[in-house]
Amino acid sequence: MPRFIAQRVAYSLVTLFLLSMTIFVIVRLTGDPALLMAEPGARPEDLARIRAQWGLDRPWPVQYVSFIRNVVRGELGRSFNYRLPVSELYFQRLGNSLQLALAATLISVCIGVPAGIVSAVRVNSWWDNLGKAVALLGLSIPGFWLGLVLILVFAVWLRWLPTSGAGDWRHLILPAVSLGWYFAASLLRLTRSSMLEVLGSEYIKLARLKGLPEAVVIGLHAFKNALIPVFTLTGVNLVIMVNAAVVIEVIFAWPGIGRLLFEGIFQRDFPLVQGVVLMAGFMIVLVNLVVDILYALIDPRIRLTR
Amino acid sequence: MAPLLHVSDLRTYFFTFGGTRVVKAVDGVSFTLEAGETLGLVGESGCGKTTTCLSLVGLLPPAARIVGGSIRFAGEELTGKSPRELRRLRGRRIAMILQDPMASLNPLLTIARQVGEPAHFHLRLRGRPLRERVLGLLRAVRIPSPEVRCREYPHQMSGGMRQRIVGAIALAAEPQLIIADEPTTNLDVTIQAQYLNLLKEIQQQTGVALIFVTHNLGIVAKMCDKVAVMYAGKIVEQSPVRELFNAPQHPYTRALLGAMPKLGRREPLYAIPGQPPNLADPPSGCAFHPRCPEVIPRCVSESPEEVVAGNGHTARCWLVQPDVEVSRGRPSA
Repeated sequence: MPRFIAQRVAYSLVTLFLLSMTIFVIVRLTGDPALLMAEPGARPEDLARIRAQWGLDRPWPVQYVSFIRNVVRGELGRSFNYRLPVSELYFQRLGNSLQLALAATLISVCIGVPAGIVSAVRVNSWWDNLGKAVALLGLSIPGFWLGLVLILVFAVWLRWLPTSGAGDWRHLILPAVSLGWYFAASLLRLTRSSMLEVLGSEYIKLARLKGLPEAVVIGLHAFKNALIPVFTLTGVNLVIMVNAAVVIEVIFAWPGIGRLLFEGIFQRDFPLVQGVVLMAGFMIVLVNLVVDILYALIDPRIRLTR
Repeated sequence: MAPLLHVSDLRTYFFTFGGTRVVKAVDGVSFTLEAGETLGLVGESGCGKTTTCLSLVGLLPPAARIVGGSIRFAGEELTGKSPRELRRLRGRRIAMILQDPMASLNPLLTIARQVGEPAHFHLRLRGRPLRERVLGLLRAVRIPSPEVRCREYPHQMSGGMRQRIVGAIALAAEPQLIIADEPTTNLDVTIQAQYLNLLKEIQQQTGVALIFVTHNLGIVAKMCDKVAVMYAGKIVEQSPVRELFNAPQHPYTRALLGAMPKLGRREPLYAIPGQPPNLADPPSGCAFHPRCPEVIPRCVSESPEEVVAGNGHTARCWLVQPDVEVSRGRPSA
């Protein structure tokens, strides 16, 4: 088992290393940040001075090494635009993003899981077709369009909810629904297929042969087994929603990490973009690592085969 | 006294492609079973053995339906009973043991929970009496140190142990009939014999009737009082076990017996030529005629009826003594 964990950790580090290189290069392909930092019509000498001030005149490998050296020491660099450490900016926004992501997760689980179960139990029925339609719409309607429609209906026409910004719980509803919508659909599909697989198994047949009430067969024998992949997806979704709800946060002017990333990209704020992406990658890799290790603890077969 | 189970002219069809295609999986099956008796149900894969059993417990797949015939169990008619009534019967009065011991236990529930469920839901046992019952059942199927084992999960058990646990589940609510659908196919041979002896012993103690589905005639000879040989949804021969082995009447039965390896004989095994028929498009006349070594012209055009060939011995074949009195079964389509 320690060997297995060490192996997984090594894989995770390799993943993060590749991610850091990729984002380092991609962000530099967006253009010259000095142009945005200087006054319009600034002289070339001024631009060169700004580049030198932020260390952008050095060759890329040198810049990369200093970036990684900082990361290893736990520093993500200083934002060009805010003139503040990126980690400080990140943690300032983390609370808001968590709030939104948790609300969206709650919505997606409350809709996706029960609907998936009903679809699987009444497979090919009217209910199942409704579920399939909702899943198809959920996966194909873009979040930004849904967000705009929700604003139009509930904020502009009905005036029940605020259009944007953060504040009390009413500010949370529209962005959480728009964000949770897609994930509800993916959870519905996963729950449905996972339940269907379990319902076709021999042990469910035996449970029925025992003459157990259908509620016990579905609720205990089947659901418990179908739940494992659903839990994993929910955990990974949560991390994605915290870090990558860019479009929704921009539309609803939600002061979260997604919006921070958006601003960073817009301003060619290299350290900010690198820092946010790396943090997101770190969290996703961490969640996957924990899930892998938990699986290995639950199922001895995984431990043996890897 | 009426027999424990009397199935007559049972027909279970599968309706696929919106009912445009009908597969007669069980097509006019009749047999009886007394309390404490063992019936062997023999035949190739896909001949309707399992569908017959599932018809008895009312757990057919959605595409299948009982379209005719009757199932009388302990004086009650089972066809036409509501799903709720059938559920109360299942596990309580008719239990079933499935083929695959590895797959038929729930990986996330303890052995105690799974064994105790029928007793809990049907006999309303709980708490201490339930626990005593579970331990008693595990002891009855020879699980060593049941107090420890009952807290464990299926993956901690060997295949033989799991199948004995499935046996314990079948016994949990003291049923009158246990249907065992090829219970030993997935066990290795030494464990098979142990398991069969255990079942026999339990039967002697409890007086439960058994239906033993298998394609192993050796097991039939060892376990059963009588045998029904199925082919293409019909019982083609039915008889007390000794008589079937001594004087098989139907060519299919003879072919099956010929395909059985015998100790001390060196000649190659007989293989039945051809494939089992496609039940969606069965052959005309007798379904066995394309593979039958003794086929006569009449077999191609007409389906034979059940002919009495001795005491409790019937067969569906035109070659079986035409002078013996023809039983009054309905002609089958």
